[in-house]
Amino acid sequence: MILQEQMRILAHRNIAKDIFEMTLQGNITKEIKGPGQFVHIRTSAGLDPLLRRPISIASVDTDESCFTVIYRAEGKGTKLLSEKKPDDTADVLGPLGNGFPADAAAAGETALLVGGGIGVPPLYELSKRLNEKGVRVKHVLGFERAEKVFYSEQFSLLGETHVATVDGSFGTKGFVTDTIDRENMEFDQLYACGPIPMLKALEERFHGRRGYLSLEQRMGCGIGACFACVCHTADGAEGRGYIKVCTDGPVFPIGKVVLA
Amino acid sequence: MKCLSVKLPGLDLKNPVMPASGCFGFGKEFAGLYDLSQLGAIMIKATTLEPRFGNPTPRVAETAAGMLNAIGLQNPGLEQVLAEELPWLEKFDVPIIANVAGTETEDYAEVAERISKAPNVKALELNISCPNVKKGGITFGTVPEIAAELTKRVKEVSTVPVYVKLSPNISDIVGMAKAVEQAGADGITMINTLLGMRIDIKTGKPILANRSGGLSGPAVKPVAIRMIYEVSQQVNIPIIGMGGIESADDIIEYFYAGASAVAVGTMNFTDPFICPKLIEQLPSKLDELGAAHISELTGRSWKKYEPNTNHCS
Repeated sequence: MILQEQMRILAHRNIAKDIFEMTLQGNITKEIKGPGQFVHIRTSAGLDPLLRRPISIASVDTDESCFTVIYRAEGKGTKLLSEKKPDDTADVLGPLGNGFPADAAAAGETALLVGGGIGVPPLYELSKRLNEKGVRVKHVLGFERAEKVFYSEQFSLLGETHVATVDGSFGTKGFVTDTIDRENMEFDQLYACGPIPMLKALEERFHGRRGYLSLEQRMGCGIGACFACVCHTADGAEGRGYIKVCTDGPVFPIGKVVLA
Repeated sequence: MKCLSVKLPGLDLKNPVMPASGCFGFGKEFAGLYDLSQLGAIMIKATTLEPRFGNPTPRVAETAAGMLNAIGLQNPGLEQVLAEELPWLEKFDVPIIANVAGTETEDYAEVAERISKAPNVKALELNISCPNVKKGGITFGTVPEIAAELTKRVKEVSTVPVYVKLSPNISDIVGMAKAVEQAGADGITMINTLLGMRIDIKTGKPILANRSGGLSGPAVKPVAIRMIYEVSQQVNIPIIGMGGIESADDIIEYFYAGASAVAVGTMNFTDPFICPKLIEQLPSKLDELGAAHISELTGRSWKKYEPNTNHCS
């Protein structure tokens, strides 16, 4: 069920340049069905900014009724959010969307998790769940440059982890796909989240393979009512087939959505 | 609550608050959040004869206390709305106002005729004011003679009352309102969005793929209030007011300006529970104002004021 709640901020810290990690406590936690879902956070009690900000869930702690989100403070809304302090509350709507099916990979199989920038966070909870199931997990994480890198150590504790930066200031130089090619990485199941160019590059390489992609898209309501986040589907009749990223996704099987 | 019930042509509303067209889809998304029977009515998303995908993305851009949208009337088309969306809504005790859009007069007429026969459609809202489609839409909404002709044609075929949704992107709103009234409109809904644009200073290009879009949200409220204030004094048909409503006080302001009911649009995106919240707040607001019934407030900003000591609850 989707709830709207004033959630208590348990912790809030800056973990890389413009990147914040915030832990929220409340009833929404028990409604979370799986990794890859997101919440929609109102960043101002006033009317500016007016719309909520979709932010993906990075990890869930059901015992403590809390979950952690990681976001980039880039625009007006997320910058306002970044000023909140522990014990403040945040107006949260969620959980929203359909996450990654962890069941798509069986115990003993290998899953390749590929994340780019602010697409990395939802892969963390996914990796934890896959580990619990006995799936072997490999990570390839891409960032712009060293100061933007986060969670590389946390991911390393869960499996083989490669970090690529565009300028080579951390890990290897280049894009995530360069790393995958160079390391000739093998896998049974692919999971990825990141900017469209990254997802397109993965789709070109791995079309026909088992994989799920999580899309980032500008959203209005987050619940499927405003039609702001629509994308064409690859099999749409006369180009009219479409999905809404917020409610039909944000996770889709590879090849389902036209990445444009 | 008796103090909130409103009777308008074709509409027996248990309260005067309804979600505005385009901000509520066909209700399904919100039905998972609360009981839609609480609403006064539902203005469903614009329906065209053929299915439409709408405009390319980005389709929304935020602005101070508002947003621009250029969705482009995405909808599944008349056949599906009749076969699936409207029958699905029948389980709720709520009248539907069907927003009708098209590119030519005969499109409008066909959609109007057929959708007006659906059992739960109690009124039509004629969309002559969508700024985001290249043909039709707003061209019908900016020339009074053309708007009147279309209204007349739709009135001929519709089996339910017809409300005409006015565009604010026009210099003489009163002239437009009078023209559609004379053509037979049973009511007016106003305002649609204001044409606007935002430019991304990184790329130097408009943010919206459609370049321009319709501004909505609290930022547009004073424009709507002024227009309703003017129009309500010049026509004899009721007005459903809309534009940036986000509080019970806003609803009161719309009634004072001359509205007989209101629609909540953009704020459904920020707070999907806003309609039931506002409905719940209205009775105590009426008590504060010493009003026995919400209809007493209509036009109070320009009517001779007669204070009374009645109470709502």
